Amino acid sequence: MSEIRNELKYASSHEWARLEEDGTVTVGISDHAQDALGDVVYVETPEVGQTLSAGEEAGVVESVKAASDIYAPISGEVVAINEALEDEPETVNSSPYDDGWFFKVKPSDEGELDKLLDADAYKAESEEG
Amino acid sequence: MGNKTALYDAHVAMGGKMVDFGGWDMPLHYGSQLEEHHKVRQGAGMFDVSHMTVVDVDGAGARDYLRTLLANDVAKLDGNPGKALYTGMLNPAGGVVDDLIVYLRDPGYRVVVNCATREKDLAWMNAQAKAFDVTLTERPHLAMVAIQGPQAIEKVNEVMGIDWTAAISALKVFNSFARGDWFIARTGYTGEDGLEIMLNNEDAPGFWQALADAGVAPCGLGARDTLRLEAGMNLYGNEMDDDTSPLQANMAWTIVWEPEDRQFIGREALVQEKAAGVENKLVGLVLDGRGVLRAGQKVVVDDSNRRGIITSGTFSPTLGFSIAMARVPVSVGDTAQVEIRNKLVPVRVVKPSFVRNGKPLV
Repeated sequence: MSEIRNELKYASSHEWARLEEDGTVTVGISDHAQDALGDVVYVETPEVGQTLSAGEEAGVVESVKAASDIYAPISGEVVAINEALEDEPETVNSSPYDDGWFFKVKPSDEGELDKLLDADAYKAESEEG
Repeated sequence: MGNKTALYDAHVAMGGKMVDFGGWDMPLHYGSQLEEHHKVRQGAGMFDVSHMTVVDVDGAGARDYLRTLLANDVAKLDGNPGKALYTGMLNPAGGVVDDLIVYLRDPGYRVVVNCATREKDLAWMNAQAKAFDVTLTERPHLAMVAIQGPQAIEKVNEVMGIDWTAAISALKVFNSFARGDWFIARTGYTGEDGLEIMLNNEDAPGFWQALADAGVAPCGLGARDTLRLEAGMNLYGNEMDDDTSPLQANMAWTIVWEPEDRQFIGREALVQEKAAGVENKLVGLVLDGRGVLRAGQKVVVDDSNRRGIITSGTFSPTLGFSIAMARVPVSVGDTAQVEIRNKLVPVRVVKPSFVRNGKPLV
């Protein structure tokens, strides 16, 4: 059974978003998503300074098995990427909600977070899918 | 729900993630495909391959039948019961109906074909059999376990015990022996030493458990695919199919042209193809940069519009970078470019063989 954290928001495409105290939003993929992908071997993140719209392609995560696009759950400017994933992409498997984060954005509209799924809604959706 | 092998319950009990494979419920992995892969390269792993189709070919016409049916020549097995041969089974247009291993039994032959192509293969084999004094018998009561890795034979000996050790240790590569319903072959699909063992369904769960207790890691289809790709071994449906010539699938070495009067099915088409010039060949690709090569990606070999295509691609767990097999125009040089998500990425072109006996070849 995969872990779904209550304090996070989720996209149907299996990204999670966390509003930090400094106003930025951290993005990663859910435990359910990493489990479905299997061993992650390569992560392509967006670039710092890049502006993303919600739903836009923001990178790729590749496992031994398959490649999967990552979509921006919220609009904004990319302010940081997790460079550690370049050498240790397997962190996405071992710590999807903490050390395995992908990038941080400075949201252009924090209200977009409300359009994402809460933990219960994501749980219901990922169990169906 | 699909077909279940005799080891289905064992897979579930060991945490296997079960998926559909050619109509069979098979384990994809038991937790980590990468760990299973490394276990086979460094120690010993085991695979349930009971879904594969075993057909015994008997009768006075068996040899003549197989010399017509198969592009390789079973005459090479004459006088060496137990010896195995890898071959393509072609259609009249020179396409590959399936690739298979044929073993010489005493008497008769045993053929092992792919599970995904079972119906098609049996229909084809039965249709060709009509002209010969031959009987084809499927052996669904047999399970099959592949034990692979540098420690594989030692582990099997440990499990099988003293009565078997001498026979197993004496087994040469690509040879087999039978004892009762047990059939033990020194063959595999990983590029490592090891055995493929057929046994009765009812004996399979106990054998599997004994191997696990001896430290042989259960491995799923995921690791099976990355291992065979590193070894440069073809997968039917990827590297070749009904419309692909063996000459374009790195299988020319499996075709026996002499004697010229052996009219194996597909021969004429291949002779014509050779005369006209073979247009494509199967090569290996190595991506030194980051990313993962995948089946279906296009390969640019020169300034012309002609493109190759990746037939199988993966991240290589042993090498730590991505490798692929690709069918490309024969004019290909030492380098090429692969189109990954609309970007052209440089790759090296190598022989389609990347790892053997645990050692990198590229």
